Amino acid sequence: MGNAIIQVGIFSALVTAISVPLGLYMARVFAGEHTMLDPVLRPIERLVYRLCGVHPEAEETWVEYAVSMLLFSMVGMFVLYAMERLQYYLPLNPQQFGAVAPDLAFNTAASFTTNTNWQAYGGESTMSYFTQMAGLAFHNFVSAAAGIAVAIAVIRGFVRRSAKTIGNFWVDLTRAILWVLLPISVVGALVLVWQGVPQNFSPYAQVKTVEGAEQVIAQGPVASQEVIKELGTNGGGFFNANSAHPYENPTPLSNLLEMLAIFAIAAGLTHTFGQMAGDRRQGWALFATMGLLFLVGAACAIKAEHRGNPQFAAMGIKQAASATQSGGNMEGKEVRFGIVNSALWATITTDTSCGAVNSMHDSYTPLGGLIPLLNIQIGEIIFGGVGSGLYGMLVMAVLAVFIAGLMVGRTPEYLGKKIEGREMKLAMLYILIFPTVILLPAGVAVVAKAGLAGISNPGPHGFSQILHAYSEASANNGSAFGGLNANTPFYNVTLAIVMLFGRFMMKVPVLALAGSLAAKRAVPPSAGTFPTGGAVFVLLLVGVILIVAALTFFPADALGPIVEHLAMMQGKLF
Amino acid sequence: MAERKASALWDNQIVKGALVESVRKFDPRIQARNPVMFVVEVTALAVTMILVKNILAGRTSLVGFELQIALWLWFTVGFANFAEAMAEGRGKAQADNLRKTRTQTQARQIKQGQEIMVPATSLRRDDVVMVKAGEVIPGDGEVIEGVAAVNEAAITGESAPVIRESGGDRSAVTGGTTVISDWIKVRITANPGETFLDRMIGLVEGAQRQKTPNEIALSILLAGLTIIFMLVCVSLYPFALYGGTTLTLPVLVALLVCLIPTTIGGLLSAIGIAGMDRLVQHNVLAMSGRAVEAAGDVDTLLLDKTGTITLGNRMATAFLPVLDVRVEDLADAAQLASLADETPEGRSIVVLAKREYNLRGRELMDTDARFIPFTAQTRMSGVDIGDRKIRKGAADQAVKFAREHGGATPPELAGIVERIAKGGGTPLVVVDGARVLGVIHLKDIIKEGIKERFARLRAMGLRTVMITGDNPLTAAAIAYEAGVDDFRAEATPETKLALIREEQAQGKLVAMIGDGTNDAPALAQADVGIAMNAGTQAAREAGNMVDLDSNPTKIMEVVEIGKQLLITRGALTTFSIANDVAKYFAIIPAMFVIGYPELQSLNVMHLATPQSAILSAVIFNALIIIALIPLALRGVRYRPVGAASMLTRNLLIYGLGGVIVPFIGIKAIDLIVAALHLA
Repeated sequence: MGNAIIQVGIFSALVTAISVPLGLYMARVFAGEHTMLDPVLRPIERLVYRLCGVHPEAEETWVEYAVSMLLFSMVGMFVLYAMERLQYYLPLNPQQFGAVAPDLAFNTAASFTTNTNWQAYGGESTMSYFTQMAGLAFHNFVSAAAGIAVAIAVIRGFVRRSAKTIGNFWVDLTRAILWVLLPISVVGALVLVWQGVPQNFSPYAQVKTVEGAEQVIAQGPVASQEVIKELGTNGGGFFNANSAHPYENPTPLSNLLEMLAIFAIAAGLTHTFGQMAGDRRQGWALFATMGLLFLVGAACAIKAEHRGNPQFAAMGIKQAASATQSGGNMEGKEVRFGIVNSALWATITTDTSCGAVNSMHDSYTPLGGLIPLLNIQIGEIIFGGVGSGLYGMLVMAVLAVFIAGLMVGRTPEYLGKKIEGREMKLAMLYILIFPTVILLPAGVAVVAKAGLAGISNPGPHGFSQILHAYSEASANNGSAFGGLNANTPFYNVTLAIVMLFGRFMMKVPVLALAGSLAAKRAVPPSAGTFPTGGAVFVLLLVGVILIVAALTFFPADALGPIVEHLAMMQGKLF
Repeated sequence: MAERKASALWDNQIVKGALVESVRKFDPRIQARNPVMFVVEVTALAVTMILVKNILAGRTSLVGFELQIALWLWFTVGFANFAEAMAEGRGKAQADNLRKTRTQTQARQIKQGQEIMVPATSLRRDDVVMVKAGEVIPGDGEVIEGVAAVNEAAITGESAPVIRESGGDRSAVTGGTTVISDWIKVRITANPGETFLDRMIGLVEGAQRQKTPNEIALSILLAGLTIIFMLVCVSLYPFALYGGTTLTLPVLVALLVCLIPTTIGGLLSAIGIAGMDRLVQHNVLAMSGRAVEAAGDVDTLLLDKTGTITLGNRMATAFLPVLDVRVEDLADAAQLASLADETPEGRSIVVLAKREYNLRGRELMDTDARFIPFTAQTRMSGVDIGDRKIRKGAADQAVKFAREHGGATPPELAGIVERIAKGGGTPLVVVDGARVLGVIHLKDIIKEGIKERFARLRAMGLRTVMITGDNPLTAAAIAYEAGVDDFRAEATPETKLALIREEQAQGKLVAMIGDGTNDAPALAQADVGIAMNAGTQAAREAGNMVDLDSNPTKIMEVVEIGKQLLITRGALTTFSIANDVAKYFAIIPAMFVIGYPELQSLNVMHLATPQSAILSAVIFNALIIIALIPLALRGVRYRPVGAASMLTRNLLIYGLGGVIVPFIGIKAIDLIVAALHLA
């Protein structure tokens, strides 16, 4: 208990401390203001624009912005697909991996373009170094940058007045990569190398183990991939075991730094929002909402895992913490990290759309596994994916303001912008797409032969595996609850489509919302204005988020983790 | 202000009419306008068909349960219909009162100088009619000749007659009102069917009702939620199949109907109609629901000083003599000078002297008194009694008058005059020949309770701006005393228009009240323009509301009604969504009692049987609509306490309450259902 509070407390304090300067820095970056890195980066930026024919001063309307974003993502996706199919003929392939199967290549291309990083493959046994670096790592950067860009455009929509444009996608994208992602990644990679993460192009090492057996140890440019995996809330590990692998996450310090990297940008963006809105409390309100939901989730997950499985107790297995063991449910967890750092990581990685794991969520207790699932179903807005978390939270804020805002007797306003029919239509469209692409395909999968073939456990646990897969895909998480054999044409194709819908079909309405809001005049606040910078609003927002998610997913979750938990209490396991 | 009496909530006549009307509203073409209730009706039909099919196929084991589900689904639609019909019925009751006045009247139309009798219905725009004492004015129009006292009780409910005369700001007359003295010539301004009365009837009956912007936005939210819950229920079927449970349609429909926001969906239009109705009860007629809603959003209120903030005229409040003069002498002289002064200011001087110093008004007719009326040149008035020349007037003129008669200016006079002017008053200096006696303090009298009303408005987040033609010094003093937030002095009619545009450019919504023709542009520009019924036709056409009582402070009630309308919608939406939590706990364990008996631990209400759990949730869902009809029709009580505390309060009542109430309600219904062995 004490351990949990100290660990979570230190982590939370560090996130808060990092988020403010990072957020204010990003506000400067996207406003084009002067920063420390300008002498180095400005020339590079100018070169990029000249090479790509971008006119940085030309702003785009929301339609143009959306078209730029979609065009960029689609072209990137096709290039990645081609790269996977042709990797045998491309350089940096010491293991001589052949072409990736078409359905898997499609799934992977969709997955990395959408910042999901759902991996239906094992990295070290499928992808060449070239594919990993030029394909996957490239998308780790640009899909994250595209998310940040859209978030910045959406913020502009909220804070601009009577404006037609919401920024220039190419400029936002470039600046997100050059000023935000690259500098942190370079420093982060060096720190990870110091902690023992490899960074090389060597063929896999053949070693003899102590017992004398032969073992192949995979190598590669891990450190550079690792840091952007977390920082960009991508989650696609270099190795199949992801951050549970000692090469990806060797020490407690690397574990802490990687967790911080997952939250850093998403948390910072709340303050970017506050700063750009000219009222920092607005940013703090979103930060507090996210923080509150995070802490509750972390507490529940840690508690559920600590409590372990009552069936084990009946079998005489000790689950209490002692000097020699961490206690609780250690199945699927690294002894190096123990219960707290595993459950904390699981909460963090599913709060955001990261999906990197340092333990196997499939092996969690039913309630411990429900928290990651709920976090995902809430829509990845508890800090959320870089960019997508903020704009998702802003849509929820619009919804909360509308439902309760009427109760102060005015047309609901957020940041002085009236929320009317058109805004409501776009917000509802955004909110509707999410459950649609989870519930409908999951409904097909649980009765289709091809769907049922993938599950590895019977009963509600198998149901959870399917529900998890579609929830993760649509929320662009990709943490892989695991257990599901997803590398089949059925799952590869359906999940890829769900990922694409979950990303782009939600980005377009949110950009439209930004465009619609940007065109509005702002009403100056008065005593009759709905206050959105205080504690009441935070609690209201938490309530609306929980109720919307609970009402949408309660029946499904009841048939998965909840019934599994209740059965476990009665001595039935799956 | 005669408030039109609201008919009792459950008036027998209205309830009967509403019952009939709610049956007619089952028509799917009417239901289609409301997506939430349309879904309920369609599913009710589907369940009924399944029921019939089961009976015909002889599968009767669940007939009792399915029959009850089907019945309660139909009741749900019926209750929502009833709520709407009740709201419309209350409006109709008012409309019927109005319609009685629109009896077949004959009109004296003037054609080529000849009076001919024609039916009122044949009158067209620009026809001219003569109306004599005792006759009903045949249509809306403008007085072009004559003066008459008119009884407007038919539309205002106020029986005291009002004066209508040609020219000026009191020229508009309304069809259906009665001339009680003298005669007027009226130019008709509205064709039959388009008159004020017709529009009023149409509005209160809800016939011309269009969805307001907020209502549209809310409908989108409700439709979106409905789609989400349909997805939930559709996907639940395969989910259940996976676990070995085959859900039947009636059970799935029961879950769906409980989850979709039927409470607010069923009451939404009733709330809107009732809001219009409440305005009519305050004798305000809104030309559209949009205007009522805008009233709730108003940020800035423009108020004319005269008549709104102050009583119409300045009043004498004190006599301030110079050093060597007794105050009684000053009062006496001032009263003498004002005896023949018929202006309200003059009368107030006489009254003040009488009240404070017990000086009776004297008949001066038989003495050789000669009255000197006020002129713009002399800026003084007074009386000459024999040799005595008493004058009262502007300080400079009065002092000049004394000096011309050989008097001197007392040194303290300038101080007194300046003090009064700085305080927003008007100093009138009284001289008796060469002798300067002192100063009368004339003052604008702030209406009683107006300061508290402005404080109330401030708490609501409204900024009040006073418009006056006074000089800035006077305006500032009155503004301070009345407690308005801002003022514009030396204003012209154009100032109002400019001010409204200025405020609107900052994104604010502006409300104003006006009566004169020169107010028309500003009334049209304002987001909420309330025209006085006593005002000109131009003003009435320009505004989007008409106050039948012509009471300028009415705007505050209008704003409160607008806010109340939005609050009621928000409160019921929050309540409706919060209700769903309990319904899940009732229905989900019941649905999977066979496939997953473990889920029984979610049956926290300990409902008797799976069927009674589902039935109780459906019954609660239907009955809550009936239970909330009074709230929908009367509106949530509005308190001007500021948005933050109002939000907290309403969230606790309707949000938290909305979570808790159904747990209690469903449990109670379940006890009854179980006791009666209904399921």
